[in-house]
Amino acid sequence: MAPPAQAQRSSSPSQPSGKGEVADVKSQLRNLAGSRAPGVDDSKRELFKKVISYMTIGIDVSSVFGEMVMCSATSDIVLKKMCYLYVGNYAKVNPDLALLTINFLQRDCKDEDPMIRGLALRSLCSLRVTNLVEYLVGPLGAGLKDNNSYVRMIAVMGVLKLYHISASTCVDADFPTTLKHLLLNDRDTQVVANCLSALQEIWSLGGSASEEVSREREILLSKPVIYYLLNRIREFSEWAQCLVLELVAKYVPADPNEIFDVMNLLEDRLQHANGAVVLATAKVFLQLTLSMTDVHQQVYERIKAPLLTLVSSGSPEQSYAVLSHLHLLVMRAPFIFSSDYKHFYCQYNEPSYVKKLKLEMLTAVANESNTYEIVTELCEYAANVDIPIARESIRAVGKIALQQYDVNAIVDRLLQFLEMEKDYVTAEALVLVKDLLRKYPQWSQDCIAVVGNISSKNVQEPKAKAALIWMLGEYSHEMHDAPYILEGLIENWEDEHSAEVRLHLLTAVMKCFFKRAPETQKSLGAALAAGLADFHQDVHDRALFYYRLLQYNISVAERVVNPPKQAVSVFADTQSSEIKDRIFDEFNSLSVVYQKPSYMFTYKEHRGPFEFSDEIGNLSIGTESTDTVVPNRVEANDKDLLLSTSEKEETRGLNNSSSAYSAPSYDASSLSVPTSQLSELAISNPSVSGNVPQPSFAIDDLLGLGLPTAPAPAPSPPPLKLNPKAVLDPTTFQQKWRQLPISLSQEYSINPQGVAALTTPQALLRHMQGQSIHCIASGGQSPNFKFFFFAQKAEESSTFLVECIVNTSSAKAQIKIKADDQNATQPFSSVFQSALSKFGMP
Amino acid sequence: MISQFFLLSQRGDNIVFRDYRGEVPKGSAEIFFRKVKFWKEDGQEEAPPVFNVDGVNYFHVKVVGLLFVATTRANVSPSLVLELLQRIARVIKDYVGVLNEDSIRKNFVLVYELLDEVIDFGFVQTTSTELLKSYIFNEPIVLESARLSSIGPTGLFMQGTKRMPGTAVTKSVVANEPGGRKREEIFVDIIEKISVTFSSSGYILTSEIDGTIQMKSYLSGNPEIRLALNEDLGIGRGGGSGYDYRSSFGSGAVVLDDCNFHESVRLDNFEVDKTLTLVPPDGEFPVMNYRMTQEFKPPFRINALIEEAGAHKAEVILKIYAEFPSNITSNTVAVQMPLPKYTIRASFELEPGAVGQTTDFKDANKRLEWGLKKIVGGSEHTLRARLTFSPEVHGNITKESGPVSMTFTIPMYNSSRLQVKYLQIAKKSGTYNPYRWVRYVTLANSYVARI
Repeated sequence: MAPPAQAQRSSSPSQPSGKGEVADVKSQLRNLAGSRAPGVDDSKRELFKKVISYMTIGIDVSSVFGEMVMCSATSDIVLKKMCYLYVGNYAKVNPDLALLTINFLQRDCKDEDPMIRGLALRSLCSLRVTNLVEYLVGPLGAGLKDNNSYVRMIAVMGVLKLYHISASTCVDADFPTTLKHLLLNDRDTQVVANCLSALQEIWSLGGSASEEVSREREILLSKPVIYYLLNRIREFSEWAQCLVLELVAKYVPADPNEIFDVMNLLEDRLQHANGAVVLATAKVFLQLTLSMTDVHQQVYERIKAPLLTLVSSGSPEQSYAVLSHLHLLVMRAPFIFSSDYKHFYCQYNEPSYVKKLKLEMLTAVANESNTYEIVTELCEYAANVDIPIARESIRAVGKIALQQYDVNAIVDRLLQFLEMEKDYVTAEALVLVKDLLRKYPQWSQDCIAVVGNISSKNVQEPKAKAALIWMLGEYSHEMHDAPYILEGLIENWEDEHSAEVRLHLLTAVMKCFFKRAPETQKSLGAALAAGLADFHQDVHDRALFYYRLLQYNISVAERVVNPPKQAVSVFADTQSSEIKDRIFDEFNSLSVVYQKPSYMFTYKEHRGPFEFSDEIGNLSIGTESTDTVVPNRVEANDKDLLLSTSEKEETRGLNNSSSAYSAPSYDASSLSVPTSQLSELAISNPSVSGNVPQPSFAIDDLLGLGLPTAPAPAPSPPPLKLNPKAVLDPTTFQQKWRQLPISLSQEYSINPQGVAALTTPQALLRHMQGQSIHCIASGGQSPNFKFFFFAQKAEESSTFLVECIVNTSSAKAQIKIKADDQNATQPFSSVFQSALSKFGMP
Repeated sequence: MISQFFLLSQRGDNIVFRDYRGEVPKGSAEIFFRKVKFWKEDGQEEAPPVFNVDGVNYFHVKVVGLLFVATTRANVSPSLVLELLQRIARVIKDYVGVLNEDSIRKNFVLVYELLDEVIDFGFVQTTSTELLKSYIFNEPIVLESARLSSIGPTGLFMQGTKRMPGTAVTKSVVANEPGGRKREEIFVDIIEKISVTFSSSGYILTSEIDGTIQMKSYLSGNPEIRLALNEDLGIGRGGGSGYDYRSSFGSGAVVLDDCNFHESVRLDNFEVDKTLTLVPPDGEFPVMNYRMTQEFKPPFRINALIEEAGAHKAEVILKIYAEFPSNITSNTVAVQMPLPKYTIRASFELEPGAVGQTTDFKDANKRLEWGLKKIVGGSEHTLRARLTFSPEVHGNITKESGPVSMTFTIPMYNSSRLQVKYLQIAKKSGTYNPYRWVRYVTLANSYVARI
């Protein structure tokens, strides 16, 4: 249908100040409302346009609601659409007025033109007014059955909108069931895709607690559904393909043949011009092959070229998104990319966020064969006009030096930096030379010669100054001027604003004193005096400490301050491998761009439509956050979430390791499980059951969480014997958790003492450990804690997996149990319940 | 899944604002713009395309100076959202003919209409101009000025050669031409962006061609099209294929490292005769993107020299050699060179009889700029600049200047030698003979010579 030509073309909307114009439009609309004069639609159009342009620039035009609705009685579809847009925007804040629109929207939902039916239905569902939901059910039901796919497509999204307004109305009308039916039966792929989006979101909102929801998810990930979608994948739009591929990435094929079938089917998706499709496909490949080391590596090789093409073909923004993923892969498997290093050279016109990624990649892929060229290239960037990048480049050179065996050439380059006479270059280079010397003390001669020539006056940045002072102290025996340079620095103590530098100065002068006492004595005295008078607490304390140490015994002081050092072999990585693995699990999401797992920047309910399986998602890291984590608090919480280092040590022996699946390896863990012996449920008497070995007894006692010394009156005698030394690695746990169905889902109460004792997740996991129920991951903060436990039967390898969510304010624990041996679930549940009930008992 | 989409002008005004899910506060556009404008994080001065503020993820792409933005709280695929934003820009362009602030403001109701069909409740429904046609009822208001000026890669063809009906590509796919019926025509553009880095001694350190075969069809009835590329085209380097072997013996085969294709492209015969078959959808789209690192002859050689010339003085000599055939002309050539930061003055000396050349010393960022309107193939151009330094001590002048970078456009030239041998349109009748335009252009991406 051709729209009628417009009578008059308005110029771009002016920017009105507000009220007067709105009132003007209101009266004009009122005049037109009843009119049937020819050309009236054109005038209406102009007015509607004005209203919408006001709306866009933020002027409140809700006061014309009534007039807009009155004018909407028209057959002009352009007018209708503008009216729908307007109504959708203001209905929520004007629920009473919204009622006015119901009538005409419902009528339009029955229009003979499918376009109007669809549009009206979309608007009806977009009103977001709770007390109008009753009007939605009828039209939605009809829409889902409409013979036009446009209407069905809109109706499916409408179901999701309804779910957001009133979940119970949506479920009562049995719409999710209808969507499931459409998902597998509709001819139109966009209808199918919308069903998939809607169902995933409904289920993820429905709460992971519900057993029914878990079952639904399992059905979605079942072979028939996955194959049905895969076989039609080419019929889907590119966007819907991404949706399907995300789902497939969660699928666990039964055997390698199936894996290869899926990969062969999707092979050509890697040639797609849409980067989102390629990355989604790459994710499927990477996830499917996790347990097959060789193939996994081949996947890296295979996806390399398509990703590089995407990086260089799209807009800078698109290539950044792809490059972030390439960065992740390079960091995981640098050797696979070592011959592609030239692709990571920076181009002068690239934005600095791209250059930064590339520098990191260059650093990672450097090996014996390409280091020379990479370092040469990096040195070019050191003279870059973009100073932050120049700095990063120098740091990159340093990092390469620290990770290489053969550093001859690099040391020369670094020393050249020192001679470049650009203050920031010198500063960065000094810090690097210091680190280099800590790792390769054998280079001290060469470095010291150059460092000695640097005037400390030219070094202003605290980090660099501290590095220089460290070297002066450490190598004072080789640097002729060292005591005198230090002396000069101490004389200017008052002008030194950085406490870090002053701390270093104290230590350096001490070291120098031990080697060249006569020359340093005076400066040492001055430094200690200045330090004792320092306002900075740490500086003061260190000075006092050195002073007393020297008073006590000089040789002891030397052993404390300047002991013989061992070269540092590896500098600590800044990011834990758990976090890196978690990010890898979240491939093709924002986690990769931010280089943070999603729990650090996202509220739980927004983890994404694909993260519906939160058990699996959360497991991959050693711990889980609470549901109430606020993003900007997250950084601070992070340490608590990841079992702190000491805690990790403690549990390592028992859990094997608290990390999630690390480098892709063939699943050897299943072999560590004792081979199956006689399957037998040991029905033991109550006195035995209470006395399961308690290795962490002493710690529990310390914290006042001790277990009863005398067997406490247990609610029911646990009839199951568990292996106190059971082991299970996180990878196996994760696989099992994915594969096994939920055998039991229940809610227990916790006694008040237990609630009181649960100040940190660790308290409970120590206690459960005493009951031979081992924790593999835990996390959270009061009042919400989440735990994943496992236990094994004492006599055989049959394993139980438990997800336990404790809410201390309601004193309830929600338990989900999965078991190898379904029949043993009940007895195990009793053991678990009994163990839990004893938690916190005096 | 996205929560909002909005379109901001360079000044940060809302041109279009669509909230799909009501999860993100209304002030998001302002928060976004302030963040982008005053970006200062990680020591960088440019906001990345994706960032997070208070749990809201902001995505943006810049197209012709406008900001296309999406927000979401969910952990979505960044590629998907950025690709979507780019696609929204393309769909709008297909409709209104030319993308700029004015054309969008004039057509903002149409843009809203498009947005409602492209995304429902945050989920992408379709971005196909073809499919959207049946849902869209507003008629585009085509700017008069759009027929004269054009932005974007397709606009490049207008410069120089008169043969190209450059304006045709900026017409809307739906609007009727003022003269009545639409002209049956199809455009195939081979656009190559080349990146070359020369070492200080003139060696090629790295070189790459990133190419796109772009198509825009105004053919009615969606006929099938066959596009034939070089018969000896090879794909995949180092894969042990015979092409590598042959090319190293100078047979001249074009070997691409890798490529990808638009959805509509069928590759049934590609292995055999290197033809692509497709039914082009309406609107502009890339048929194929490719990447090539095989050696090729760079169109320009650059020679740069900086020498001390007395106390606090230095001389820069820049030479450019155009190494392409003399029937080809490069346009809008610009050469830039960062100078030592203690440079206070520069005086320039162009070659005798130089026409259409400009020189400048940008004091703010200490940069030399040399513009050449036209460079004919085979020619050679020189610029001498005398620099005066401030009397303070300074370091190594060579290390503190450069690299020299260059931008240019060369119509009707491609470095890769990839060609569209023929463009066949399935005939509807004997008299059906639409216009076919196959055009080549080479652009500089990162064209750099070190000193």
